[in-house]
Amino acid sequence: MSDFIALWPESASAYSGRIDLLMWVFTALVVALSAPVFILIAYYAWKYRAGRKADRSDRVNRNTLIEISWALIPFILIVALFVWSTRMFFTVHQPPPDAMEINVVAKQWMWKFEHAGGQREIDELHVPVGEPVRLSMASQDVIHSLYIPALRLKQDVVPGRYTSLWFEADKPGIYALACAEFCGADHSEMTGRFIVMEKPAFAAWLEQSGTDVSLAAEGEKLFRSNGCSGCHGPAATVKAPDLEGLYGSPVPLADGSMVTADDQYIRDSILLPQSEIAAGYPPIMPTFKNVLSEDEVMKLVAYIKSLATTEDTP
Amino acid sequence: MTENPPSYLDAGHTIRSWLLTTDHKRIAVLYLISVTFFFLVGGAAAGLVRADLLTPEGDLLTNEGYNRAFTLHGVIMVWFFLIPSIPNVFGNFLIPLMIGARDLAFPRLNLLSWYIYMLGGLFTLIVLLVGGVDTGWTFYTPLSSMFSNGHVVLVAAAVFIVGFSSILTGLNFIVTIHKLRAPGMGWGRMPLFVWSHYATSIILVLATPVLSITLVLIAAERLFGLGIFDPSLGGDPLLFQHLFWFYSHPAVYIMVLPALGVISELVAAAARKPVFGYSFVAGSSIAIAIIGFFVWGHHMFVSGQSMYASAVFSFLSLAVAVPSGIKVYNWTATLYKGNILLDPPFLFAMSFIGLFVVGGLTGLALAMLSIDVHVHDTYFVVAHFHYIMVGGTISAYFGALHFWWPKMFGRMYPLTWGRITAATIFFGFNLTFFPQFILGFLGMPRRYHVYAPEFQTLHVLSSAGSTLLGFAYLLPFVYLGYSLVASKRASANPWGATGLEWTVPSPPPKHNFVEIPTVTGRPYDYPVDKEDSR
Ligand code: HEM
Ligand SMILES: [Cu+2]
Repeated sequence: MSDFIALWPESASAYSGRIDLLMWVFTALVVALSAPVFILIAYYAWKYRAGRKADRSDRVNRNTLIEISWALIPFILIVALFVWSTRMFFTVHQPPPDAMEINVVAKQWMWKFEHAGGQREIDELHVPVGEPVRLSMASQDVIHSLYIPALRLKQDVVPGRYTSLWFEADKPGIYALACAEFCGADHSEMTGRFIVMEKPAFAAWLEQSGTDVSLAAEGEKLFRSNGCSGCHGPAATVKAPDLEGLYGSPVPLADGSMVTADDQYIRDSILLPQSEIAAGYPPIMPTFKNVLSEDEVMKLVAYIKSLATTEDTP
Repeated sequence: MTENPPSYLDAGHTIRSWLLTTDHKRIAVLYLISVTFFFLVGGAAAGLVRADLLTPEGDLLTNEGYNRAFTLHGVIMVWFFLIPSIPNVFGNFLIPLMIGARDLAFPRLNLLSWYIYMLGGLFTLIVLLVGGVDTGWTFYTPLSSMFSNGHVVLVAAAVFIVGFSSILTGLNFIVTIHKLRAPGMGWGRMPLFVWSHYATSIILVLATPVLSITLVLIAAERLFGLGIFDPSLGGDPLLFQHLFWFYSHPAVYIMVLPALGVISELVAAAARKPVFGYSFVAGSSIAIAIIGFFVWGHHMFVSGQSMYASAVFSFLSLAVAVPSGIKVYNWTATLYKGNILLDPPFLFAMSFIGLFVVGGLTGLALAMLSIDVHVHDTYFVVAHFHYIMVGGTISAYFGALHFWWPKMFGRMYPLTWGRITAATIFFGFNLTFFPQFILGFLGMPRRYHVYAPEFQTLHVLSSAGSTLLGFAYLLPFVYLGYSLVASKRASANPWGATGLEWTVPSPPPKHNFVEIPTVTGRPYDYPVDKEDSR
């Protein structure tokens, strides 16, 4: 493709190739449905223009059969497209369980990425090729939207909730990454680079930008320094739920309902502790809303997550 | 033969006789002037935006300046041009004439709507003077409620006020259409223009209050920190989006349904034939209005709403294409064996159909979940809605202007100039907005003031097109203005069209009909001439 004028975006995953195929088929369909209109309008306008001799006898003003057919045929084609595209949409919302986790925090106006090993980067995201990656995203202020055109993916990052995105990049390279939801003055500068690396190169990169402290370990430190362990720790005198093994398990609430202890539940328990109260415990936990930043909360979540799997990791 | 009474234009020449008029035709002219004014203001903002995008660094404006320019462009174009344009100018002027009534049901309410519109407009101009607002016309929270340093409350007030004008106009149209049809004009004999305004009015009355409430909530949240949309107080930013789009999606049908009504009239008159499948075309307006209420979630596919909700919204959004498609196919069939006048109104109608088809079909792409994930909030969307709203609605608006101008002002204009304008708008429009589909698919997000250099060529093409387009939009000022003082007088029915509005003199007398007509046939009752030519 020429440098002067690009016509098709680069593609960095198998999924984006499938989107492109759908787009091609759609385009073909669009041409098939609309070309007759364009051609016939032009042809009739010329053939039946006033003053020109033409056969204008037996004019019809209605024909129910024809009309039903041109409502029904497009409808059936549309249903086919709907099924195709919706199935693809569902796949990108169901990450494989073994996906590698990366935390993302968006704020006016930068992207912060944190790998499980504690490596952080700003406005750059390094990922290995051929491995499913799941981004768990939070916003510190307004709504942002993480957009990686080469993957044909984007997802809003909404304050107050975690959203996620997963992909498996399969072509090493450097691609664009942008914010797609208008987020204030420097919205258009909230861009970065999405860097897909071969596995050994990625391992080397992790090594070189590595820290000694994993996210979970940092979370553990926060757990102590913010006094969480005072209530939730083994030696605590206050009656608070034990967090070991909590992640991923069902939690009965005081109002009788059940929730699953996922990232969102843990986050809300820290920042909005009065909104979902675990059954059997007094609602005494204070909010950490103005104490912890989104990335600190994510570290705490990582720590609590690690408690769930302590048995099977040495 | 009775002497013709003086025309509505001659019934009083003082400023007072205009500003206190309750004649629907004069109020239409007041709207014509004010809507045109806002079109120019909004267009100037678009020009700034396009000039700034000539270079990837956006050298012309600052970041803030750019954000304020596109926000004002959006706010003004949506609420002060697109929504009021066709209903308030042409609906006002034509509905009573077309159904054989002497005026709308509530003439004084009609005048009040205009004053409310102007009051809202005044607020917007004040916002413009004190520095503008930077949230985009969509006012997403928490940006608008907590982080913006623009004049959000003032703009919300402006839009809130103008909403009342919409509601009153809608009510007035509904009652008028129900109560004031001339004897013999059953629902099956109503012109399609009136049908589409009926559908539009239903949306106006049902949807606008939701917008008003939403704007009050935004203002309250900003001023008093209520926390309805603020997650740190337990609120939900997505709630805002649901409320906003529950109004704003139907609002796009408010913008386009009246245009569809105009095109049906223009096509029938140009072909000198009844519209093919009258009842399907009338019914599809109502179908669009109803389904249009259940598709708002298609603006939120990547917002984090449940994927099952998204699937339902996707399906319903795709379904709206069917009634829209019916109209396009029916118009095409109307031309078959017609006797077609290639005059400016018909050229605008053809241009409408072309642009509306492109806009509508790319809307299907956006309604498909997995494609929308890629192109949402990119230039693809900007191109799509400009095709519908600017290509579609404005072509229809100009078509209506060129078709009913002789009726409104009693003067013909030079047809050649009208043809040149229609062709230039069509060409300029495509040059402006087609490259934006490619830009968006390549991954250029919208509302970007600086962008990657590889997008520049397409942006330059688009800016060149917009210059041409802007120029073409200004052309009618010259020849239509000129026609008012120097052209030949128009006859009662210069196009040989059917419809009650063409049975009264041009311009019509103050009370439209000396005697209320009785309708005896179906609309578009053109003589079937078996002759080869007219
Ligand atoms: C020469 C004509 C026009 C040009 C060149 C133009 C250009 C633009 C551009 C570049 C944007 C995108 C700003 C962005 O998101 O970065 C925009 C947005 C918009 N335009 Fe236009 N426009 C034109 C005419 C119109 C007209 C006539 C209308 C309505 C009647 C209109 C309605 C809108 C709306 C509603 C938006 C969305 C604003 C937003 O993003 O908040 N435009 N226009
Ligand atoms: Cu952002």
